[in-house]
Amino acid sequence: MAAEAISRALRDGALEGEHAPALTIKDSIHAPLGAFVFDHILAQLSSNISSSKSQAQGIVLVAFARSPQFYAELLKSKANDAASLKKWLRIVDCYTDPLGWKSQLAESGIVSNRSTQNATTASLCKNARDLDMLFSSIVELGKEVIRETKGRFAVAIDSVSEILRHASISSAASLLSNLRSHDQVACLFWLFHSDLHEMKASSALEYISSMVACVEPISNTTNGKGMNSENLPLIEQNLGRGKFSVRFKRRNGRIRLMSEELHTEQMGINFVPAFEDYVTSQSLVPKVQFSLQLSEKERNDRAKVVLPFEHQGDGKPIQIYDGRRSVSESKTENKETNAEKMHVNEDSGRGEIIYIRDSDDEMPDSDEDPDDDLDI
Amino acid sequence: MMSSNSANNLLDEALGFNDDGGGGGGGLLLLIEDRVETSGAFILHHLIKRRLSSPNRPNDVVVFLSFAHPFSHYDRILRKMGCNLGVQKENKRFVYYDMLNLNYPDGEKGAEDLLLSVYGKIQKTVELCSSREGYKNSTIMIDDISLMEVALCGSSNLVLDFLHYCYSLATQFDCLVIILNHEDVYSTMDVPSPLLQMEYLANIVIKAEPLATGLATDVHGQLTVLNKGICQGSGCSKGKIRNFHFRVKENCVEYFYPGSRT
Repeated sequence: MAAEAISRALRDGALEGEHAPALTIKDSIHAPLGAFVFDHILAQLSSNISSSKSQAQGIVLVAFARSPQFYAELLKSKANDAASLKKWLRIVDCYTDPLGWKSQLAESGIVSNRSTQNATTASLCKNARDLDMLFSSIVELGKEVIRETKGRFAVAIDSVSEILRHASISSAASLLSNLRSHDQVACLFWLFHSDLHEMKASSALEYISSMVACVEPISNTTNGKGMNSENLPLIEQNLGRGKFSVRFKRRNGRIRLMSEELHTEQMGINFVPAFEDYVTSQSLVPKVQFSLQLSEKERNDRAKVVLPFEHQGDGKPIQIYDGRRSVSESKTENKETNAEKMHVNEDSGRGEIIYIRDSDDEMPDSDEDPDDDLDI
Repeated sequence: MMSSNSANNLLDEALGFNDDGGGGGGGLLLLIEDRVETSGAFILHHLIKRRLSSPNRPNDVVVFLSFAHPFSHYDRILRKMGCNLGVQKENKRFVYYDMLNLNYPDGEKGAEDLLLSVYGKIQKTVELCSSREGYKNSTIMIDDISLMEVALCGSSNLVLDFLHYCYSLATQFDCLVIILNHEDVYSTMDVPSPLLQMEYLANIVIKAEPLATGLATDVHGQLTVLNKGICQGSGCSKGKIRNFHFRVKENCVEYFYPGSRT
């Protein structure tokens, strides 16, 4: 499945001499589920890191859109204790005071300098506009979580859309590119909202990525604007379900596409095969008020019915013609049947219907191809 | 059919408000989008009254930033609804910041410094309230965002920065941030509009729109309340959407489901 393939790619990390795998998660206001996907990927990678299954020995999370406390609670709820988090998690806090306003106010005594950081391993960023300083902070924190000289760390940025509010697309692209090519970065992933940016910004981010995961609405609303009674159930549905399409760029240039559905649940999200695949694997019986399928008893009774030409009462087993009998076999049979015929003819002088069923009993509307048994 | 004088009307239910006027706090941002044909100001007035009138929450405070009207305007309207803003202001429960008559500096740097000082006053007020016994929630209201942008030399980015800081303050001190913006101001923009940024930021979006069938005497418009649900680290509640009609009367507003009026 697509989500699992992403987790595996991030877990496996970078090959020697290659750039680190980079994932873009993008969504839009009509399918605002990108943050759920980000949290899911973060939790999966964290689980691999804490059980030492991944190349990355730690993760540096750059938090713009949600507080460090949110992420600490998220990861603790996925069976990580605070002590374990301190070993491999570092957070660059661009949420609390991204422009240094609170610090300035505290310095001039206007407000108290109450710290909002509770036992999280967060490093406060007071100037989100300076991407060079942000890069240095990320690398510095990354070095704290790796255990050996050649160790690597993962990087997660919860909103590149916020970065693009403070900096140009070229600076942002440069930051991501530098991270990707850094020899201590195992993998990186980020989220952005595609409808907040011009096409060129979205394209630039996708070019830097080796994987692009796109969340789209499961239902397309009519004309997209305006609330009417037709749109509302669809809009509500899009708050809880979405199409999840992933494009993987291989080293050899080949592109692999995968897609599935995602459903939000209380404790996170769930990925299921795409609806079209799901339907074909289930019964195609439409929901109507009368029964179109057989009950168990009806099925048994049906199996007991002997077909008209088969209840001749001659005690022979029912034969099924499979179309593949050799000529000699059929000749033998012909001799037998001819003998029977002659015998019968001698006996009664009446006609006889010799019926050999050409296939086993099949349910109506089954998908079995009736020509499958032909030996062409 | 429910009027806004009853304990809980359709709007309060859609917002998840309790009978005592509480709920809807805990670090949430509520965005009201309206249009020329359907002003959403009545929603602001209703929410001011709800947040100030609850007997079980005597220390809750409403911090109000007005770019649109003078204090007397809100005072007159809320009096008709049975709420004395003058008294609440004296009791420091309604903290009114007149943003109309400020001297706005030229240039973005000057605007940022001004915004910083306004934010400082808000944070100080909220910190003071939160230290009082019995504190439950504060409310920060802005009327309205498009005029705020004009005052700040058209810098929507500064407005978004300010909202981000208010949001993080709300998360820290359990506040509700309520902002009003005009959808049709941004409708002709070619580039992605700042309103979309606010829709992403908001936990609850209320849209006041005309009926698809146009103007009517008995129904003044429709409200659509999109509640994205609360998401904390340990789990999320499901998003919901509600739609109903409204009629603005002299002292109150009626909310009703389409076709349910007799």
